[in-house]
Amino acid sequence: MTVVNETSAAPRALAVEMVEGIAVVTFDLPGESVNKFTPAVLEEFGALVDRADRDTSIRAVVLRSGKPDVFIAGADIDQFLTIHSAQDAEAMSRDGQQRMDRLEQCRVPIVAAIHGACLGGGLEAVLACAYRIGTEHPKTVLGAPEVMLGLIPGAGGTQRLPRTVGLRNALDMILTGRNVRAKKALAMGLLDELVHPAILREVALDRARQLADGRIKRARPRRTRGLVALALEDNALGRKLVLRQAREQTLKKTHGHYPAPLAAIEAVRAGYTEGRERGLAEEARLFGEMAVTDQSRELIYLFFATTALKKDRGVDAPVDPLPVDKLGVLGAGFMGAGIASVAAMQGTVVRLKDAELPRVAKGLKAVCDVLRERLKKKQITRRQFEDQLSLVGGTIDYSGFQSVDLVVEAVFEDLALKHRVLTEAETVIPGDAIYASNTSTIPIARIAEPSRRPEQVLGMHFFSPVHKMPLLEVIVTPRTSAVATATAVAYGKKLGKHVIVVNDGPGFYTTRTLAAYMNEAGYLLDEGVPIDALDAALVDFGFPVGPITLMDEVGLDVGGKVGLVIHEAFGARLAPSASLARVLADGRTGRKGGRGFYRYGADGKKDGVDETVYKLLPTGANRVEVPVVEMQQRCVLAMVNEAVRCLEEGILRSPRDGDVGAVFGIGFPPFRGGPFRWVDAVGAGTIVRQLEVYHGRFAPRFEPARMLVEMARSEKKFHPHAE
Amino acid sequence: MPPYGTNGRRVAIVAGLRTPFAKAGTDLKGQSAQELGRAVVAELIERANLDGKLVDTLVFGTVVPSVLAPNIAREVALLPMLPKGIPAFTVSRACASANQAITDAADQIVLGNADVAIAGGAESLSNVPILHSRAFSDVLVAASRAKSMGKRVGAFSRVRPRDLVPVTPAIAEPSTGETMGQSAEKMAKLNHIPRDEQDQFALRSHRLAAAGTSDGRLTAEIMPYFVPPKYDVIPTSDNGIRTDTSFEQLSALKPVFDRRYGTVTAGNSSPLTDGAAAVILMSEEKARALGYRPLAFIRSYAYAALDPGEQLLQAPVLAAPTALRRAGLSLSDIDLVEMHEAFAAQVLSNLQGFESKTWAERAGLSKPVGEVDRSRLNVMGGSIAIGHPFGATGARITTTLANELRRRSGQFGMMTVCAAGGMGFAMILEAAP
Repeated sequence: MTVVNETSAAPRALAVEMVEGIAVVTFDLPGESVNKFTPAVLEEFGALVDRADRDTSIRAVVLRSGKPDVFIAGADIDQFLTIHSAQDAEAMSRDGQQRMDRLEQCRVPIVAAIHGACLGGGLEAVLACAYRIGTEHPKTVLGAPEVMLGLIPGAGGTQRLPRTVGLRNALDMILTGRNVRAKKALAMGLLDELVHPAILREVALDRARQLADGRIKRARPRRTRGLVALALEDNALGRKLVLRQAREQTLKKTHGHYPAPLAAIEAVRAGYTEGRERGLAEEARLFGEMAVTDQSRELIYLFFATTALKKDRGVDAPVDPLPVDKLGVLGAGFMGAGIASVAAMQGTVVRLKDAELPRVAKGLKAVCDVLRERLKKKQITRRQFEDQLSLVGGTIDYSGFQSVDLVVEAVFEDLALKHRVLTEAETVIPGDAIYASNTSTIPIARIAEPSRRPEQVLGMHFFSPVHKMPLLEVIVTPRTSAVATATAVAYGKKLGKHVIVVNDGPGFYTTRTLAAYMNEAGYLLDEGVPIDALDAALVDFGFPVGPITLMDEVGLDVGGKVGLVIHEAFGARLAPSASLARVLADGRTGRKGGRGFYRYGADGKKDGVDETVYKLLPTGANRVEVPVVEMQQRCVLAMVNEAVRCLEEGILRSPRDGDVGAVFGIGFPPFRGGPFRWVDAVGAGTIVRQLEVYHGRFAPRFEPARMLVEMARSEKKFHPHAE
Repeated sequence: MPPYGTNGRRVAIVAGLRTPFAKAGTDLKGQSAQELGRAVVAELIERANLDGKLVDTLVFGTVVPSVLAPNIAREVALLPMLPKGIPAFTVSRACASANQAITDAADQIVLGNADVAIAGGAESLSNVPILHSRAFSDVLVAASRAKSMGKRVGAFSRVRPRDLVPVTPAIAEPSTGETMGQSAEKMAKLNHIPRDEQDQFALRSHRLAAAGTSDGRLTAEIMPYFVPPKYDVIPTSDNGIRTDTSFEQLSALKPVFDRRYGTVTAGNSSPLTDGAAAVILMSEEKARALGYRPLAFIRSYAYAALDPGEQLLQAPVLAAPTALRRAGLSLSDIDLVEMHEAFAAQVLSNLQGFESKTWAERAGLSKPVGEVDRSRLNVMGGSIAIGHPFGATGARITTTLANELRRRSGQFGMMTVCAAGGMGFAMILEAAP
């Protein structure tokens, strides 16, 4: 056994070890936690294939990873920032395609020994290998996440993947970007074999020998199985049908905002109807096109913004976060239960307290339902399900709170109640425990008024449903200690959230900006626009649901209460609309009550607009028409103007936090990057001019934020270094 | 004899908790013994604010074990708030199984092998394994060993319809074939325990348990059980306690085990029950170091046994004097007595035995243990009213005795438990200062 590792100036990513004629290549990118394809790494791969082609002592190659739980995470996303033209990107794709072809055409068979995540370019590389072995391990997943960055697989993935796993499986992977677990990958033919991680290397060596000796054949595309596959995938007509359906579904889902999935479908189609060469050409051309879209640029920006947040400790002071092993949750409502369930998923012991047993029971059932869904989706095993469930203990007293590390209060938004709960809890919890309120609106300093240790009080504003919404807004007062902040941030990250730290103030950042947007939607209703037209306008702008649908979801009572707090704090500029108050006065609370602006079935499913609601509105039965663009501009400008005020007032620490908060917390369209990116894209000058027009019509609303006016004058950007 | 646990190794009972006890086939019927046990231990640990990393050992008792998870203790010890490295074992000594768990754990503390232990027991009599007949079992085994399909089919061809009748395990003595009820019936006759005394005792059990429930002394030892998956049933107390029963109602019941001359009825027996209970034990020095105020210390214990063909449930009469002797105490020192009530006839026979010269001689004593002051006996009722999940009862009684001893500022308490196989158990607790 000899180790051949040519020494050179730059540290190498690939180490080659010869084992009886088999070159075992270990990919271990120096200085990085994951393996990714940088231009230098690609050069090394090229040299490796050249050597395998030349050196007749090499009979086969085994490719493995030196990283603990990552095989290859994909291309280095940094390099996408250097793309300036579609031609550049197309050339980059062409280069990638040729490199994968070289892997595929190598003189000797290459066996991919996959343990850990194999994504994007990594997936495209193993698709070009002769044989793929995966480990039976939860970390071993395969996926094509390119569309999530507004791109498409650009190194042959749109051609090789369908031919390996079938058209429908491939489209599912490419269009959703979803990771596929090893077991499923085996079933769909993406892996040839599944083994225990402990024997991965041995089996890979065996297979490499057998391939070299011709005892087994190179991986052949799995024959499509089943009648449905036969009907839909093995003939041109069936494929045409599948592709058309995929296009229709994609359009329905994306409302035409995201071009990448459609481009991917086109590249796949080209490969099937015009052959692999044309398919590859189309793939490269479309990759080039996608790489320079605004959507891709914004999605990549968000990727970097959230990556940077992961490293952000939330404080400048050199303090270590405290461990959170036991969590007390006060209030077993939907939010409290949601917080309890994500905490249990991370192995935290939870005491879930409410005033009455049936309320606790309802909360525990909500936790159980969230976990059961994960069990059903096979994201956890039955034992994990049972363990996570048994971490959450329901109680109607403060038993067990004597040893909590963190309390999250999630009771109704009532200051007196919050004061009582805080005072009670502080008599029980340990002196060093942190107390967080999950309020969405009330300033933390006010909640902390009766506290004996205000330095340990802060806000942890989760979003509903907690297990799905990726944002956590941590709110700190001038008195909050750095340790408390660092602990809340670290724990929020442990729960899998993007955590932004904001300064205290009514509605903080997310609720305040959302209130401005919702108010404006309410004013449009006051003027007489049809409910569905208003919702459609904002969905068309890119929001996941329209503002009125969102109001029904959040609950009119909750929305009403938030509106009052915001109004009280900021005056006429943020006064709520008449419509909301009137509909709420009619006893409608939204979806949870079965009646809102929309009608709801017995199962809680949304039906059409409840026409009877119009008679409650200021204009009665009369509908007026307002241009779609005006509806969009008014709602979005109200939100963005308020977001800039938050930055101006120091509520926000950075435009980046504002972008991430709006996209992941309140549904600002991701392909627009966030309010601050959007201002940059449209131009502060244009925004200010639009605001002034509306200010003229609707003063005191729409008075441009000082910072915006300043930026318009100096022609500055919020993200000056962005491409 | 030296006292049990000296030099700071006295065994402290630090906390105890149980599920509500529910008659089999009711609120907890969907929960396995393992689920009941895990639920009570998880809640006990969290209520006691115990750091799971401190636990050295876990012992659990069960009488009708699950075929799929025979070592229930290990399944309980694998709770996520406990480290995976806690060795755990399951014990079985019929109705004294939880007591066995507690004394085994306590011994480990006394020996210095453990400082913190969790002990208890669980039983689901709603989930008793139903067995195949011997003949059918043989066929299944033969089929699983068959090398070919033909042989496999051949094995099944031998099955006769009567082989398919399942076998439900009865609560009967393997040695004598006598059921528990028949034994109680026999004891009532041998000791001349009249029917009305039995019914009066049962009534007392219900009334005291009802009082203990309504004033919160019993419910303080009970966790609310949020029954998954629907969570629409939340028992917080025992559903066998009858607040409305009367002597007349109890006397109207027909005897079950001897319809003609019998006196033992469903009313004066403990019901089949689902439930779990557990305690946290610590060495005295560890409890102090961690800042726990013990509820009580274990002063002594004793097990005894007699011929199951004789008076199956009379062995507490032999165990109690031994435990008292080991504690260096006599009955007059005891402030509170908790006796497991399998049957009123059994409790009354045991009490009679304590006063009897014959039983004193059998226990090797010169004079009887003495008369138990009824005002100090089972002051919050007993198993007849509360219910009796076999594997859990011992831990329930331990917790109740420790709590009530402290509540009454008593110094010593004694518990006895009768068990199948002609066995008996007694333990003396000493109040913690």
